[in-house]
This record gives sequence, structure tokens and C-alpha cells, in this order.
Amino acid sequence: MANTASVDGHMIEGQTARVPTRRRTTGRVLIWLGIAIFAIVLLLQTLSAAGVVALGFENWRPTLYAYGVFSVLLCTGIVLSRGERGWRALFILPAALFTVAMAIFPTLFGLSIAFTDWNLASATGQKFNGIDNLVQLVHDPFYLNALLNMIFYVCAVLFEYAIAFCLALLLNAEIKARKFWRVTFLLPFMLSPVAVSWMVGKSMLETRFGPIPRFVRWVGVQSPSFFGDPIWAKLWIEAMDAWVSIPFVMILLLAGLQALPKEVQEAAKVDGAGAWQGFWQITFPLMLPVSVTAIVIRMIFKLKLADIVINVTSGGPGGATDTVSSFIYREYRDRSNVGYGTMLAMVYLVIIAVLVTVFLNFVSKRMQRMT
Amino acid sequence: MTATALTADMVDARKVARRHTRFILGRVGIYVALVVWAFVSLFPIYWTITTTMKVAKDVQLGHMVPWVDFTPSWLGWRDLGLSPDTIGTTSTVRNEFVLRFTNSVVMGVGASLLAVLIGSLAAYGLSRFQYKFLWMRNRDISFFFLSQLILPPVVLALPFLVLYKELALLDTHFGLTMLYTLTVLPIVIWIMKDQFDTIPTELDEAAQVDGLGPWGTFFRIILPIALPGMVAAFILSLILCWNEYFFAALLTSTDAKTLPVLVASQTGSQGINWWTMAAVSTAAIAPLVVIGVILERYIVKGLTAGSVK
Repeated sequence: MANTASVDGHMIEGQTARVPTRRRTTGRVLIWLGIAIFAIVLLLQTLSAAGVVALGFENWRPTLYAYGVFSVLLCTGIVLSRGERGWRALFILPAALFTVAMAIFPTLFGLSIAFTDWNLASATGQKFNGIDNLVQLVHDPFYLNALLNMIFYVCAVLFEYAIAFCLALLLNAEIKARKFWRVTFLLPFMLSPVAVSWMVGKSMLETRFGPIPRFVRWVGVQSPSFFGDPIWAKLWIEAMDAWVSIPFVMILLLAGLQALPKEVQEAAKVDGAGAWQGFWQITFPLMLPVSVTAIVIRMIFKLKLADIVINVTSGGPGGATDTVSSFIYREYRDRSNVGYGTMLAMVYLVIIAVLVTVFLNFVSKRMQRMT
Repeated sequence: MTATALTADMVDARKVARRHTRFILGRVGIYVALVVWAFVSLFPIYWTITTTMKVAKDVQLGHMVPWVDFTPSWLGWRDLGLSPDTIGTTSTVRNEFVLRFTNSVVMGVGASLLAVLIGSLAAYGLSRFQYKFLWMRNRDISFFFLSQLILPPVVLALPFLVLYKELALLDTHFGLTMLYTLTVLPIVIWIMKDQFDTIPTELDEAAQVDGLGPWGTFFRIILPIALPGMVAAFILSLILCWNEYFFAALLTSTDAKTLPVLVASQTGSQGINWWTMAAVSTAAIAPLVVIGVILERYIVKGLTAGSVK
């Protein structure tokens, strides 16, 4: 019943009618009161900030409080005026109001500063400069370089996936102390990328006495290069990120393997030559949906990669390891270029949104054709 | 005739033997692979923990096994003021560290609680009722929440820098907590929606027959059943908040600085004391390692929600 009781359309007329007119009016008044309070405070603050009236606001906090008051009045008003329907709406209202205030509004605000030459270090404040930032962006070799690096990092997800799949198969085999191995393999996922930056990037890869360079020298490579060589630097950053995130993909795939039908699992457990074929013909195709989910989530997270790069190489050598996030981070940290930095981020968001949508469409079409 | 039977037997026995060998080899292979990857997973942690106890000479000579090739000392922990002989004395380094540690705990727990609270409510609503707001129906509203996952932190970072400056929220616990809530909210909604979808709606119906409203049903009937899922969502949120660096690095300076920022600021300084850095890193990862070992079940539950049907 709960699932079918439709809130829209005519089905709930009976419920709405049960709300007394007075309560309904009170509710509506409250909602409008909330909107009015928020609008007035916002207007006053805007006027004050523009220097039209001197009200002596120290900061924009009053607007924030007004939004809080508005939210409470809106929730109360909806519950009063809509009865049962209002109570139901109350479940998603807090999250919705929160997301609008914390994600939608800042993104729109960011869009407005993306078209300014705002530099926090300059005294002149912000000035609208049209598409200047876009023009500069197109001619920015470092931004393009960072985007190209992102392609490498995103493609590397497939290698993470391959390793994770092997590990998941290992954990799904008949082994002793399965829980111990699972906990052990999961541990890197728990660690903060910043700590990993130091533990692996700075300490274990220290050229003179880190264990890894020592090992490489012992194997016979003279004067190994880690963060001096562009390709190796990129690979090592990727290796660190993979180390942290492979457990996540592994856990998803392991859950997928364990959810396979029993007969399939039995069939897949044949030893020897049959196992290899069985894997490609049975297990792998059945695991495709889980695989796609894991890869998509992992790619989305990969697109946010920044912490390790910021802390280990700061994008070097010569921008070889730069990600878009770490590049924009430095654009702000070193040059306080808020306007241009925001434009870079916005363009990145658009690229991501388009690519993710295209990719998901492509994948879902392929999946439909296969099943 | 007997000869052929004999050979057939022998062939059979040989086949069995070969299969047996292959089986044994397979077993060995599996365990070798397990050990190798366990080594890959654990060695950096082992390296960091042992480095806290090495003096300069041991670091430079690459000594690895305590008591065998170097004598462990409390060097790193003494610098942090956390070794047995300094724990009773006053230490500014320790105070600083404890302050950052507390900040991380307070903001992580606060943001995770808030996200689990409003996220669970939204997930329950989306799982049980049909909404229509303007053109948006349940699917669109779910997408609206989940699409926040795609939003890279860097898109929000600079606008928030400016907004928080105007709102006087830079470097405050409240500001960063709100931001962390935002970053984990989509994940919480995803996990919880999956949880509520698995709880049969008959329970809701029975509760409604008993005269409970939607909120009564939610708190009295559904919540206790969905509690393990909420714990999973909470723990996963906590991990993400605890490890978050990007926003913390941009939006905090003194008061609300978190542990990752402290760790990162140490790496930048010239002439790193290896043992001190190792001790700071160890202390920063220790809580999560403990959580990971004890609550692994919930982490796995949280990670796999919604992905396996």
C-alpha cells in the first residue's frame, strides 16, 4: 500500500480534503512567511554589499540564518497544509534543502565567478571579463597536459580492475582463513592518501635508502629514476592510487562472485585447462554488470584524484603527473587565481558530465544487446 | 588381455596422479599469490611502523627487522610526546597533534551522523513513496542526489573558499562539517536506499494498519531493521571524512585543521625526521586500521550495497 499510494494526481484528493481549511491556510502562510524572510534578508544584504544602504553587516551570516529559518518554516508549512502528503515530503526535504544550499547554489555561484578575473591577491576585486578565461584556457598547455594525464589515469582503472579481479577470484577460491586474507587485502583502502603519499611516495621510494630503490639497485638497475622520469613518475603515482583503491574494486567483484548461482560456481571450480575456458565463457560474462558498476564508480573517483599528486610530486616533473584537480589547486595556492581556476574546474565538470553520460549510454546499450 | 587391463589401470593411476599433482600445484599457486599480495598490502604499513623506531643510521642503512638488524628505540614517538617516557610530561607537539586528531574525530563523526540522518530519511522516502516535484519524479530525484557523486571537489572548492570567506565560515568546524556531509551524502543515500528496498513493504502496511503514520513506521518498525545498513553507511562515511584532504587543505588554516593537513604539512618541511614523520603517519592511520580489522563486515556491506543484485 505504502508503495502504491500515489501522492500525485487525483488519488489523494480524499486525503487533502481531510486537512482542515484553517490548518491549510496556516501552512501556506508559514511557507510564504519563510520565503519573505529569506528574500528580505537577502535583498537587504545585497543592497548593503552594493553600498546602496549602510546597514553595517559584518558578513553574510544573516542570509545563512534566514535560509535556515526558511527551511524550518517550509517544512512546517508543508506538513500543516498537506497533511499525510506533507509528512511524506518531509522525508526528502532536509536532504534536498541541504543539497540545494551546499551543491547547487555554490556551483551556480562558481559559474558566476568563472567569468571574472577575480584574483584574491589583487586589490581591485572581481570584474566581469566575458570569455577571456575560456580563451586563456584553450591556450593553456598545462591544462591540456593535465587533461591528457587524466586520460592515462582513467585508462589505468582497467589494470586496477584486472588485478582486483584476480584477487577476488583468489578470495573466492577454497582457501583457509578467508577472513584473514580479506581483511588484509582490504587494509590499504582504509588509509588516507596523504599518509600513503608519505609512507610510499616519500619514504619507501626515497632514492638513497628507500626499500624499493634499494631493491631495484639490488636487482641490478643502476641509478634508478622514480620521480625524475616523466613516465615512471606517472606510473608510480598510479601505483600508489591503485594500491589504495584496488581493495574497493576487489570487494565489489568478490560480492559479485559470491552472488553467482551455485551451479556456475561449481562449474567454474574445475581445475586445469577447463578452468581457464570456464572463466572466460561463464564467469566473466556473468560478472559483466558488476564489473561495469565497479569500473564506473572507480573512474568517477579517479577523476577526483589529487591528494597523492599534490603531496608527492606537486605535478612534476614538468607537469607529467599533474591531474586537473592538482593543477587547479596550485593555480589557486600559488597565484590566488580564483576566477580562472573556477573556469578550469567548470570546464572540467562539463567534460566529465558529458563523458560519463556518453559512457553510461554506450555501456547500457552494449549490455542490452548482449543479454 | 591382462596386459591391456594393466596398462589401462596404470594409465588411470597416472591420470589420477597427474590430476592430484595439478591440484596440489594449484593450491600452492593460490597460497603463494595470497602471500605475495598480503605482502604488498602490509609491507608499507610495516615499514612505517618500524621506521618510527629507527635512528638515522638504521634508516640510512635500510635496516628492516627490529631486534634482528636494528635496536628499536622510541625515537619517533618521543618527538610526538607519545613515548612511555614523555607521555607524562607536557609537550606542545603532542598538544598540537591531539588537537588535530580531535578535529578529525569531531568533524568526521559529526558529518557522518548528519549525513546518515538526512540521507536515511531521504532514502526511505524515495524507497517507499511516489514523489512529484515540478517535472521530477522519484527517478529524477534519486538521480539529483546521486549525481553529486560526479561533482569533483575542485569544482566546489574555489566557490566555497569565496562563500565561506563571506560567511565567516573559513577555518571553522561547522563549515568543514557541512562540506563533509555534502561529500558523503550521495553515498549514504545510495547505501540506505538499497537497504530499504530489501525490507518488504508488508511491514510498512502492517504498521499502518496498526495506526502508525509514516514517521512512526519509519522510527518504530523500519529503523531497527535497517540499523546494520546505517552502521555500514556511517563507517564508510567516517573513513572518507577522516581521509579527506582537498577541502581541509584549502579551507582551514589554524582552528579547524585536520590530521591529513598536519601530515601533509610535515612532509613539506626540509630535513624530514623520518622517525617523526613515520610516527605521525602511523598515528594518523592507526584508528582506521583498527576500525578496518574490527568492523570489516560493515565496510564490505557498505561498499557492496546497490552494486550486486
